[in-house]
Amino acid sequence: MKGAEARKETRRKVEQSLGRRRRKELSFRILGVGATALGVTFLLVFFASLIAQGASAFMQTYVSLDVEFSREHLVPDGEPDLQFGDFDALVRGALRAQFPDVTGRSERRELARLVSVGAAYQLRDALADKPELLGTRLAVFLPASSEVDMLFKGKIDRSLPEEQRRISDLQLEWTDRLVAEGRLERRFNRALFTNGDSREPELAGIRGALMGSFYMLLATILISFPIGTAAAVYLEEFAPRNRWSDLVEVNINNLAAVPSIVFGLLGLAVFINWAAIPRSSPLVGGLVLSLLTLPVIIIASRAAIKAVPPSIREAALGLGASKMQVVSHHVLPLALPGMLTGAIIGMSRALGESAPLLMIGMVAFIVDIPAGFTDPATALPVQIYLWADSPERAFAERTSAAIIVLLGFLLAMNLAAVIMRKRVERQW
Amino acid sequence: MASPEFNKLQAMDESQNKLRQQGGETSARPTTNGAVRRPPASREAAPGTTVGQVRARNAFLTAEDVNVHYGDIHAIKNVTLEIGRNEVIALIGPSGCGKSTFLRCLNRMNDTIESARVTGRIMLDGQDIYSKDLDPVALRARVGMVFQKPNPFPKSIYDNVAYGPRIHGLAADRSELDHIVHKSLDRAGLLKEVKDRLDEPGTSLSGGQQQRLCIARTIAVNPEVILMDEPCSALDPIATARIEDLMDELSENYAIVIVTHSMQQAARVSQRVAYFHLGNLIEVDETEKIFTNPRTKLTEDYITGRIG
Repeated sequence: MKGAEARKETRRKVEQSLGRRRRKELSFRILGVGATALGVTFLLVFFASLIAQGASAFMQTYVSLDVEFSREHLVPDGEPDLQFGDFDALVRGALRAQFPDVTGRSERRELARLVSVGAAYQLRDALADKPELLGTRLAVFLPASSEVDMLFKGKIDRSLPEEQRRISDLQLEWTDRLVAEGRLERRFNRALFTNGDSREPELAGIRGALMGSFYMLLATILISFPIGTAAAVYLEEFAPRNRWSDLVEVNINNLAAVPSIVFGLLGLAVFINWAAIPRSSPLVGGLVLSLLTLPVIIIASRAAIKAVPPSIREAALGLGASKMQVVSHHVLPLALPGMLTGAIIGMSRALGESAPLLMIGMVAFIVDIPAGFTDPATALPVQIYLWADSPERAFAERTSAAIIVLLGFLLAMNLAAVIMRKRVERQW
Repeated sequence: MASPEFNKLQAMDESQNKLRQQGGETSARPTTNGAVRRPPASREAAPGTTVGQVRARNAFLTAEDVNVHYGDIHAIKNVTLEIGRNEVIALIGPSGCGKSTFLRCLNRMNDTIESARVTGRIMLDGQDIYSKDLDPVALRARVGMVFQKPNPFPKSIYDNVAYGPRIHGLAADRSELDHIVHKSLDRAGLLKEVKDRLDEPGTSLSGGQQQRLCIARTIAVNPEVILMDEPCSALDPIATARIEDLMDELSENYAIVIVTHSMQQAARVSQRVAYFHLGNLIEVDETEKIFTNPRTKLTEDYITGRIG
């Protein structure tokens, strides 16, 4: 009888506590859902604003003008001269033909500013492609200046007084006339992907920074992945456990937390001043970023090696495999996916770094597109920083566009790494 | 250092406590025990206090005065034991008594544990396996090992068996390697079950098949001695029976040292049994003698289920 009483009491207590436990679980779930939702919301807001701001940068306004490739301007001494031919005069002439009523000197200068300074180069390239154009008249789409571009995209407030606008009343009127004639057209902004940096927003492109980042990350992965994994394998499989190895471990963990600008200073002192590697080059950037990613790769690789079951090592040792064979035949293949994950994390971090690059001269205004590891270059995050700092209205949307490109680069890189990891995982 | 050895130490303490309690109820025993355990006139049992026949007919693997320390822990104390050619010897004893440690001395697997220190002499066919000129890699090709948990490589069945011959360069060409793989699988009694799916992963087999795969992998290197560390502890009775049959067949060609917790298994497969207790080798004798007429109280307690 007493046993039954006690059992009843136990059951009552368990049931009593049940409600409390359920409430706890429920509140934790609500908290979790809330946190996730908040995170997703921030992400969506971020992407939405980025796309809203940057999408228009992928289009550029073009003006359709009838250009006469006049011999007068292009053939100064008998031969068509691509270098010294006055292509600007062709653009000016086409604009005057379009607006015959504009006569004043300063008005004509204003008129010329409707079209990008890059228009002359476009005409030169066209002539270089087709010499038979000489002496003909042709309707050509020329890039509009960034002010006209902004106006056409509706990003300039017409109601502002003239002196507060980047576009004058006259230019406004001419632009409206062009619109009315259907001579303005939005086209895909190829310049954004083919050009290097420029002071003129409509000519500024991301390619220089993209290639700079590409070469820099290539250098980083080529340097840091072999060194990092070799260090991890040595520390995990071969190094004796003593005070020295403990010291090394503590130092590696601390290095992972060192502010990146410190690595930039180190790179400046060692790689540029002492080793005399050309500054602003992807090579020196890659070296500095390697220092930055090495601890990350080493730590992740060591964790991956540690996770390889000891029974596999014992099995191989028991068959008479040497230490090196155990590592290369069994430990490395099994740890490789984890090592790759570490490399992805390290590379993602390296791609987004700008602070150390400021110290090694990669913040410069560089127009040429780097074609190798030692050409002067800049990187995507630095380019974003430079554009965000520029006063022209058109750079605002290009900044967002550059961020979108950077995120795309990151996505492509991670995707490649994930595919690679899947492949080695399946292979085991 | 938190290590498996530390856990072993704790296990040792536990069994020691149990022993003390037993000592309480049988207080008169130490003297009788001492009398029984007093070494015979021959010098065989002098190191440690081992009773019985530590010497084997046709000895092949000889351990002489072996001591193992893990840091400050004295895991194996003065063990002397001979293992004969084509003999199956079972090492039994409670958890943490050092039988696995002793087994791992025989192919120098303890080398991988940094704190382990092995003293004494272990001779394989007249050669000191701890001498400086002997590479443990060469030794382990001669002394194969099968582990407690089946541990096939995450590779195909074929590659599992071919791994040893490959690293040692035993096969001149592919057809020779095929032959070794097939022969080894056949001798491990696995060929019939897997011959149509040699390229499937070894881990896709059942537990018993995996363990036989591990045995096939071991004999593919053609060792002289096979060490088995509780090879059936993770298997069901049917798989266990198959492995025991297999051991019987293998003993025609190999010396087998098996660590087991199952007295029945020891009785079924071995010709001799060695009983370890707290790092001491207490008693060694022919299997029948150990199980029917143990000479020490400790052995008797263990085999009747009072320790361990």
